[in-house]
Amino acid sequence: MPELMIQVENLTKVYGATRAVDDVTFNVRKGEVLGFLGPNGAGKSTTMKMLTCYLAPSGGRAKVAGFDVFDDSLEVRKHLGYLPEDTPLYKDMTVLEYLQFAAAMRGMAADRSEKRIKEIGGRCGLHDVAGKLIGELSRGYRQRAGLAQAMLDDPDILILDEPTSGLDPNQIVEIRKLIKEVGQEKTVILSTHILPEVQATCSRILIISSGKLVADGTPDDLRAREKGCRYRLLVEANGTTQDAIKTRLGSIKGVSRCETTLGEDGAYAFTLDAAADEDLRKILFRAAVENKWTLLELHRESASLETVFRNLTTKEEVKS
Amino acid sequence: MNAALTIAKREIRTYFNSPIAYIVLTVFLLLAGYLFFGSLFIERQAELRSYFNLMPLLLAFIVPAMAMRLISEEKGSGSLEMLITMPVRDWQVIVGKFLAGMALLATLVGLTLLYGVTVMAVGPLDKGPAIGGYLGILLMGGAYMAIGVMASTFTRNQIVAFIIGFAISFALYLFYRLLPFTPESIRPVLAYLSVESHFEGISRGIIDSRDIVYYLSVMVVSLVIATVTLESRKWR
Repeated sequence: MPELMIQVENLTKVYGATRAVDDVTFNVRKGEVLGFLGPNGAGKSTTMKMLTCYLAPSGGRAKVAGFDVFDDSLEVRKHLGYLPEDTPLYKDMTVLEYLQFAAAMRGMAADRSEKRIKEIGGRCGLHDVAGKLIGELSRGYRQRAGLAQAMLDDPDILILDEPTSGLDPNQIVEIRKLIKEVGQEKTVILSTHILPEVQATCSRILIISSGKLVADGTPDDLRAREKGCRYRLLVEANGTTQDAIKTRLGSIKGVSRCETTLGEDGAYAFTLDAAADEDLRKILFRAAVENKWTLLELHRESASLETVFRNLTTKEEVKS
Repeated sequence: MNAALTIAKREIRTYFNSPIAYIVLTVFLLLAGYLFFGSLFIERQAELRSYFNLMPLLLAFIVPAMAMRLISEEKGSGSLEMLITMPVRDWQVIVGKFLAGMALLATLVGLTLLYGVTVMAVGPLDKGPAIGGYLGILLMGGAYMAIGVMASTFTRNQIVAFIIGFAISFALYLFYRLLPFTPESIRPVLAYLSVESHFEGISRGIIDSRDIVYYLSVMVVSLVIATVTLESRKWR
């Protein structure tokens, strides 16, 4: 088994005049959980459809498990489990029937398929609904049935298109846990536009915007790209006006922006943006002491993934 | 081939788990029964000819209705994406769907074997035309079914699939009826393309390999076009 499970080179998909996926290149190693991030319509699903051999690339090439998605598509699909967006399962089958059908389609031997269905059904929490029609299941259970189907043949690579959309918070936690478990020995690609999700599950993030790859790295890498950090303060004024405090804080060296935010009773809240290279917390504390303000809260945070995401994806839109 | 049979099995179950199969069976048996028993009681003829004679037209209407959902429904619901990203070849999907349709057709035709039994009860059954007729129905139905499967790959709308399938099947049926009004020069071509001209011999008990080749060709051509249509999503 090659160490590089997915190799994508200059992958392009053109629909008429629009370039849905534009010259995307990346690799995924074994044991990685790759988060595919981007606004709606950025080309995440199209890329996944090409990797799963549903669509053919207009240009460039992609190899999955060492096989070309166009020339060796059958081999690729044998190594792949796929959960498409919106989980289009057959509504007139029960969960058990569906999993049996999926096992037969993948050519699994009878005894192995029975064992796997039991095992995966248990891991995905499907035992209670095994005899129910898929059309009667709630969104969460349908999603789990789809996930079970994808993992049934113990594939080396799992491709999941928005696996947690439409689930309630408890279900989301469960599914994320499952994906993390699977990701330890397998390769997982999942797409989402929910940022906390990638932070919680993925070891690597690709951000894609209007078909182009705009960032590739670990969550920490990406956060580090965004220079600057933010301080939140909650100050009891002890007689000083809010504006006076704001002016004083704004004059501190290194602070690029100072804003008042919603405070508490008798206390004012401020948000400061500053460069990340110097820690201003001590200076802020001293400023408070000098001016006899009571510092109730002081918090420093580095740029969030949200900021990174917003900057990367909106910049692109302006350009194009 | 295994994958094709798995698909066929699933499809057959869907047919009989939903009202479609029963509606089609009922409509077909009502019409066929009316035609058959009409000649039996009114014309007092113990034979299957009037039943067979109307099959080219009746099946041109019934078979596209059986085939219309086979691919288009999956296209519409998106489950086609799930199906063809499994390790399965596109032609296996088409053949599986076709076989499922044929199973439903065979059930339907099988039920009308009762007419043959009825004839045998009241008079001598002419075995040649009876065997030929039932075989002819399956071959002709198979041709219509393949056309229906092909039409079903063209669209995600079942009604549109039905209309396309019916239009093509009906045109092939009509060729024979139009023969007297067409110029001498293209008459042999139309006669060859007509579904009915090939059925006529078989239903009289004359099993000619040329007729069988004709039906098989229609099936193969339609199923190949269906496969190509399914593959067309991958055209660059």
